[in-house]
Amino acid sequence: MDILVTGTVLGGTYALIALGLTLQYGVARIMNLANGENLVLACFTTFWLFSTYAVSPLLGIAIIAPAAFALNWLIYRFAMRPLVERAKNRGQLEVDSILATFGLMFIFQGVMLLAFGGGYYTYNFLNTPVEILGANYGLNRLVTLAAAAIIALALWLFLYFTRYGTAIRAVAVDPVAAGLVAIDVPRASAFAFALGGAVTAAAGSMLSTFYTFNASMGVIFTMKALIIVIMGGVGDVRGAVLAALLLGIAETAVATLVDPGLTLAATYALFIIVLLFRPQGIFGRSPA
Amino acid sequence: MNAFTARELRTAVIGAAALAAAALIPLADDGYYLSLAVNIALYAVLCTAWTLFSGPTHYISLATAAFFGIGTYTVGLGIDTLPFPLLLAIAAIAGGLIAGLVGVATLRLSGVYFVIFTLGLAELVRQIVTWLQTNFTNAVGLYVFTDFTEAHIFWMLLGLAALVYVTGWLINRSRLGFAMRIIGNDETVARHAGIDVARSKVILFMISGAFIGITGAVLAPRFAYVEPPSAFNPLISFQVVIMALLGGTSRLWAPLLGVIPFTILFDQVSAHFPNHTSLMIGIAFMAVVYVLPRGVTGLVEDLVRTRGSGRPATVAERAQP
Amino acid sequence: MKRRTLMKAFAAALLASSVHATGAMAEGTIRVGASAPKTGPLAGGSAVTYWPAIQLWVHDVNERGGIDVGGTKMKVELVEYDDRTSNEEAIKNIQRLATVDKVDFIIPPYGTGINLATAPLIAKYGYPHIAVTAVTDGVDEFAQRWPNSFWTLGTSTAFATTLVDLLKGMRDKGLINDKIAVVNVADAFGIELANAGKPAFKEAGFDIVYETSYPLTQQDFSPIIQAAKAAAPDSFVAFSYPGDTFGLTKEATIADLPVKAYYVGVATAFPAFAGANGPAAEGVLGAGGVDANSPAIKDFITRHTEVTGQAPDFWASSVQYASLEVLEQAITRAGSLDKQAVVDQVHNGEFDTVMGHWTFDGNIIRKFWTVGQWQGGVFHGVASTGIGGEVSPVVKSGWK
Repeated sequence: MDILVTGTVLGGTYALIALGLTLQYGVARIMNLANGENLVLACFTTFWLFSTYAVSPLLGIAIIAPAAFALNWLIYRFAMRPLVERAKNRGQLEVDSILATFGLMFIFQGVMLLAFGGGYYTYNFLNTPVEILGANYGLNRLVTLAAAAIIALALWLFLYFTRYGTAIRAVAVDPVAAGLVAIDVPRASAFAFALGGAVTAAAGSMLSTFYTFNASMGVIFTMKALIIVIMGGVGDVRGAVLAALLLGIAETAVATLVDPGLTLAATYALFIIVLLFRPQGIFGRSPA
Repeated sequence: MNAFTARELRTAVIGAAALAAAALIPLADDGYYLSLAVNIALYAVLCTAWTLFSGPTHYISLATAAFFGIGTYTVGLGIDTLPFPLLLAIAAIAGGLIAGLVGVATLRLSGVYFVIFTLGLAELVRQIVTWLQTNFTNAVGLYVFTDFTEAHIFWMLLGLAALVYVTGWLINRSRLGFAMRIIGNDETVARHAGIDVARSKVILFMISGAFIGITGAVLAPRFAYVEPPSAFNPLISFQVVIMALLGGTSRLWAPLLGVIPFTILFDQVSAHFPNHTSLMIGIAFMAVVYVLPRGVTGLVEDLVRTRGSGRPATVAERAQP
Repeated sequence: MKRRTLMKAFAAALLASSVHATGAMAEGTIRVGASAPKTGPLAGGSAVTYWPAIQLWVHDVNERGGIDVGGTKMKVELVEYDDRTSNEEAIKNIQRLATVDKVDFIIPPYGTGINLATAPLIAKYGYPHIAVTAVTDGVDEFAQRWPNSFWTLGTSTAFATTLVDLLKGMRDKGLINDKIAVVNVADAFGIELANAGKPAFKEAGFDIVYETSYPLTQQDFSPIIQAAKAAAPDSFVAFSYPGDTFGLTKEATIADLPVKAYYVGVATAFPAFAGANGPAAEGVLGAGGVDANSPAIKDFITRHTEVTGQAPDFWASSVQYASLEVLEQAITRAGSLDKQAVVDQVHNGEFDTVMGHWTFDGNIIRKFWTVGQWQGGVFHGVASTGIGGEVSPVVKSGWK
């Protein structure tokens, strides 16, 4: 039972990390290797707002998410659009976007190093225990789980029940066909990329309340996010959430019942199993 | 087998001459420039071995660090009991085997899944190695004390580079190489032509993995102390992909054009901006991606063509995306 | 257009800095090189321990007018490189320092692995290699292999066995019972400590009720803390690295882990540890420690904070600084910049440092701090291999 609760809490965290990337990769077709750095940057900003202006991290999201939206819009507009326009096919875009976002990752890191140095950062916020079924959990983690649920729900409602959301899903399925039915594909892609960035930043704000972070650790989050996105089916919010929860529970189960030294092995075993039986991801569409 | 064409002969002679010239470097300087040369040779071998597989198949493998680490660990574990050449052979077999296993499991999937899986493979292997060591041996760090100097390692890397080029050339001439060209152009066509696509890919991946394994083994004496974080450093995987892609993957020698300028550029940046390495590398990198859309090879080919000596592009070239 | 200006700015910056680098060489200065992580996994530690201590030393020496070399005062000029936590990069940096920059002395890198990877090179060029941030049991072997190498921070076995002795002492006084949980990070230092510590705990009559190891990338520690709590030990020992030291302690605070002795490894001595955990840090044991009551250390902490803008850690920062004091005094005694003469001085000399009197015994400092404890906002040394000045450990009483 402990495993289920702890695993769900962990899975919620993973879902937050992965939701932004699934939009960026699934809709805008940018495999954003700088995703983790984006998240860590939000951690730092939250920390900075909290420690200098005493802005609560929850309130901080209201500032950070729109700022990240604007920043990612600009990144897409000026750094990614030229690549999309120049790419002759999806493979070419994949290669180019990997290269470009790899550079972007270093730039993000460099900026954070300049501003905050290489040291470890952590602070205390809502670090009070809450008892569930006889075991204690950090309030900040539960708040994060709630935030993950709210964000995922909001995204799902937006993508499946609004006109613009449907347009974005259409772009995810086939950008060319979407263009034919009068959807402004470049605009929708930019919007999805920026929205993904904002969600990732919100995740960073929440995570900073209980993780210890430094400027060099973004790649850990990028890897987790990529695995979850692929497992869930690229561009599918429901899949990403389900995959994240599965992963969280599996890791906790292995750590508790087998050996904490084998959590990563569990992750990849799960990854392989999912891909062998559903190569397109849990909710993915079969490739044409 | 048909005889060498004049072109092949010329390439072979130029290649051998270049290699011989490079082999003289340790005699000229055994300090910093030799170390720089070792780093260049290291990435030249890794990138070329990577291109053996990823060039024709267009699969982006991020597993380099895994094979490299396996090779390093083979030497770390066996250096006190087995002769070095035997360890190189074991490293090759181990690298090839792991590549085979991964290949069988994932190469039937489309490219994206392969990228992600290989990305995690190095971490996975590292975790398993550490776990095995913690639970069944006494220490994670292994000492590799040999009499090899930088010069020896450099010469071994050059020899390995020659071997990789020859292998690549042989593959190109073989049925496998022909099959790979067809697969690279259009998998469906290849399948209809009766080519066992999955098997061809797995074999090629194994060859590539074996070479990377040997490279790791050769480098182990340079580290003196082998521990998982340095042996399975994920940065190796990324740098190999980046350098190879920047050079271009359409030809076997193309990655070299990425490795040489970029090792030197990275080096200059870290020498002059010790406090801003990340930022500068990032900016340089973005600049290159936008200015050289087809890698350095593309630039070279454009130059050759505009100078008027352009020969018509081959089928394989035109098919490159 | 935009792109082009960016490229131009970049090229101009490169050019400007290379001009600067060659123009800065002045007669009568001692050039000292340093290569260590400014980025990568180990950057978090070196940003606390390594770089600021060097910055302070260079500042101090130059403020005094320089190092006395045969009667003339020579100022110190620092040449620094980032090794990005990579061995290849570190080797190349050392080569560059030795053969291109031709520095007079090299401050050894940060971290056990990189120190060992670069040791053959530093030996080849004959520089004194006064290693600090390298803790391993192999020090005697290394000192023999590279006679120019000196090891100052101790051996892993001593870190584990003195901890066992400390807890044994607390148990014999009836402060804690003999149930103990031992966990470790599956990486070099963590494993060496666990391998030395577990048998020693058993031999001392402790009952290990929970033990496990976890990978370096672990970020979620609640399963470990929950399992340890379920086993109900009086003592919890984690041979951990910086990230997990913070992570485990946060989880322990939340779970209100009811232990009377709580030990976490590397980074417990960082000032950020107290900052992050507030009152929960009180009574936490960890690797390292200093004689926080000594005037020299107090003065060091004040000046470190003034000059570098950040507080030193309560462990290796002062040792790092002491190693540089050794270098400085050895140069003065040698009366020249001759590397071998300086190595000889380090071999035989007695040095007056911020850590007290230092003499190298077979190239090794045998007396070093091993365990510290947060008491009243300061991380006091509570166990060492015979330094003296240890304070008595206190029982951990809750997390608030």
